Amino acid sequence: MISITVNGRAVEAEEGESILQAVRRAGISIPTLCYIDGLPPTGACRMCVVELEGDGRLVPSCSFPVAPGMKILTHSPSAISARKTIVELLLANHPDDCLYCARNGSCELQGYALELGVRQRRYSGSRNDWKMDQSSPAIVRDPDKCILCGKCVRVCEEIQGVACIDFIGRGSKAHIGTAFDEGLNVSSCINCGQCIKVCPTGALTEKSSIQKVMDALNDPTKTVVVQHAPSISVTIAEEFGMKPGIDAADVMTAALRRMGFDRVFDTSFSADLTIMEEASELVQRITKGGKLPMMTSCSPGWIKFVEQFYPQLLGNLSTCKSPQQMLGAVIKHYWAQREGIDPRNVFSVSIMPCTAKKFEAGRPEMLHDGIPDIDAVLTTRELAQVIKTFGLDLASMSGEPADTPFGDRSSAGKLFGASGGVMEAAVRTAHYLITGKELDLPRINAIRGLDGIKEASVNVAGTEVKVAVVSGLGNARKLLDQIVAGRNDLHFIEIMTCPGGCISGGGQPVHTDPEVLKARMQALYNIDKDATMRTSHSNPSIQRIYKEFLGEPGGHLSHELLHTHYAERDVLR
Amino acid sequence: MRQDLTQTIDRIMSAYPGAGRDALIPILQDTQEDIGYLPREAVVLIGDKLHLPVSKIFGVATFYNQFRFEPKGRFHIQVCRGTACHVKGSLKVLERIKRELGIESGRTTRDGLFSLEIVACIGACALAPVMSINGEVHGRLTTDDVVRLIKDCRKAAETGEAR
Repeated sequence: MISITVNGRAVEAEEGESILQAVRRAGISIPTLCYIDGLPPTGACRMCVVELEGDGRLVPSCSFPVAPGMKILTHSPSAISARKTIVELLLANHPDDCLYCARNGSCELQGYALELGVRQRRYSGSRNDWKMDQSSPAIVRDPDKCILCGKCVRVCEEIQGVACIDFIGRGSKAHIGTAFDEGLNVSSCINCGQCIKVCPTGALTEKSSIQKVMDALNDPTKTVVVQHAPSISVTIAEEFGMKPGIDAADVMTAALRRMGFDRVFDTSFSADLTIMEEASELVQRITKGGKLPMMTSCSPGWIKFVEQFYPQLLGNLSTCKSPQQMLGAVIKHYWAQREGIDPRNVFSVSIMPCTAKKFEAGRPEMLHDGIPDIDAVLTTRELAQVIKTFGLDLASMSGEPADTPFGDRSSAGKLFGASGGVMEAAVRTAHYLITGKELDLPRINAIRGLDGIKEASVNVAGTEVKVAVVSGLGNARKLLDQIVAGRNDLHFIEIMTCPGGCISGGGQPVHTDPEVLKARMQALYNIDKDATMRTSHSNPSIQRIYKEFLGEPGGHLSHELLHTHYAERDVLR
Repeated sequence: MRQDLTQTIDRIMSAYPGAGRDALIPILQDTQEDIGYLPREAVVLIGDKLHLPVSKIFGVATFYNQFRFEPKGRFHIQVCRGTACHVKGSLKVLERIKRELGIESGRTTRDGLFSLEIVACIGACALAPVMSINGEVHGRLTTDDVVRLIKDCRKAAETGEAR
C-alpha cells in the first residue's frame, strides 16, 4: 500500500493501480466515457483527467499509475474546464435530438453535459450524416450519435470474442462499422447487445417491438399472452428507482394484467420444462454413449456463436429449444387448443433480458405449421417503458400471482437467470432421474457467483459427473479451444453469452457496476433459498403437462415442439 | 478465380513466415501491388491466415488512403493534398474532380474508366496544385484544367487511343 493525497486528503492506493481506481475506491467520482471496468484503459476520451498538484499538468487518471507521495486534484478548475470542453466538442456535431432518443434520461453524455453545466453550443461542427443500420432484428446502430469512445468495439472483441465491429476510416470520417461496412445482419454479430449496455449515448439501441405489442393489445381478435424470463423480476424494479436486488415478480404480473395482457405466464415454468428435457438428454448421452460434453442451448447469442465460429461442436449442443421458445410452443400448440382458441389468434409476447432473443424468435426453425412460437420480444428496458406509458408505478402496486397452467415454477427454474443456474437446476434433476433420490445439498456453491469459468464435480450414484459453467463468450473461447484440442473430461457445460448470465443481458437496465450484478444474482439465490419447491421435476404443473400432453421427456411430441436443430453459418469471421 | 486468388495470397504470405498481426500492413501492400486492389475474398483469406477478424483488417485498411477495394480505373487519378497543394487550392481541384466523376476518393467509376486516390505529397510542390493521371503529372491546376483533362481522357477512351 502506498499513500497519495487526493484533494488534500490522504488516500491509500495499491502499487501499480491507476489513479482512477484508487480515487473511485475512496468514494470520489470522476467522469469517464471510454473506460471499461476490468479491461486495460485506452485513454481515448480524456474525460477522466485530473490535475497533478504542484506542476499543474492534467493527466488521464484511467491510465496514469499512482506513485508514493503523489498529490492529485480531481476537480480543480483546469480539470473541470477540460472536461467541459471535451463534452462541448463532442456535442459540436451531435444530432441534439435528445427528446427523440431511446437513451433520453439514461445517456451518459447527456448526464455529463448536465453535470458540467453545458448551456450553449460553444462549438459548431458539420453534422454527421451516416446511414442508420436497421438491418439487424435485435440491434439498431445510429452512427450519428456515436462519440467514438470505442467501448462497443472492445466489448465485442475482448469480452465476447466476436469482433464484428471496428473503427472504419479516420479523422472526421471515422465511424464504427462491420467488415466492408455492411449491415449488422450479415455480419458475425451474435445480437448479444453487450455493446448497447456500454454505449454512453443512443448510438446503439435495441430494435423496438413496443408498437407491435401495443397494436396486438388493441386488437380485439387477438388473445395476447405474455411470459417473463427468470431474471426480469429481479431487475425491472431498478427502472422504477428501486435499489438493485428486489424481486418484483408479483407486482410486475399485476402491471402486465393492467396493461391488457390476457394471460401472464412465467418463463421459469418452461425453464423447468427445459430441465426435464435437457437432463433427460444428458442422462441419455452419458448412459447410451452420445456426444459429450453436452452444452446448453438456452442462450441464443451463444448458439449463433457456435454456428459461426465452432461448427465442429454443433453436435455437442443440446437440441433443446430455449425456455422462451418452449413456452411459446406449448402456449400455441397445447394451451390454445385447451382453451379452444385458434393458435393463429394468439399473440405471444416474451419479456426477455436479451436482444438476441429477438433474433431467436425470428429463426425459421422456430416456426411450427407456419406459426411462430413467439410473436414479439420486449427487453426489460422496453417493458419498463410500456409500464410507464400506461401510467403504472410498480412501487405502489400490490402483487398478484401468475396465471395457470404456466405460472407455477420451481426455484431451480428461477435460477436460470444467473450464470450457473441452468447447471444447478439440471444437476438436481439429473441426480433424481439417475438415482431416484434428491441431492442431499441442492445448492452447488462451486458454480455460483460471477467468475467467468467455473468447474465442479458432482457425485451421482458413484459416478463423478464433471461440469463447467462459463459466461461471457470470450471465456467460452478459452474452454472451447481446450475441447477442440482434445480435452475430454467434461460431461456437461453451461454457457451463457453475457458475463454473469441473463442478469447482465443486453436487454437489461444499463448498469455495468459489478455491485449491481451481485445484488441481482443474490436476489435469485434468495428466492431459491426460501423456496419449498426447489427442483424442476417436483413442479406439479410440469408433471401435469407430461401426463396430459407431452408424454415422456424426449418423447415424440417433445421432439416435435421442444427440440430444434442448428446449422453452420457462413459469415465474415 | 478463387483458386488463383488463394495461390496468390499463399505466395505473398510465404514471404512472411510465422506472420502475426504486425505483418498485416505489408501483406496488404503486397496484395494490392500484385492484384491492383484488395478484393473482398483476399481480405477474408488474409484474415483466416493471420487469425484476425475481417472487421479488424477492414478497419486497418480503411485507415490508410493507399488501400482500395475496387480495381483501378483505366485512368487512375491521384490528387495531391499535401501542404503546398492545399495552400494553392487543391481542395477545390479535388471537389471538382469528385463532381465530374461522381465518385469519392478510393472509388472507381461504374464504367471502369476512372479511379480516384488522395495522396499526401508527390514531390512536385513547385507546380502546386498537382495531380497525376496514370503517373503523368499535371501541375498549376485550375478547375477548368481538371474538366479539360477528364474530357481528354474520355475522348482517348472512345477513340481507343492509349495515354
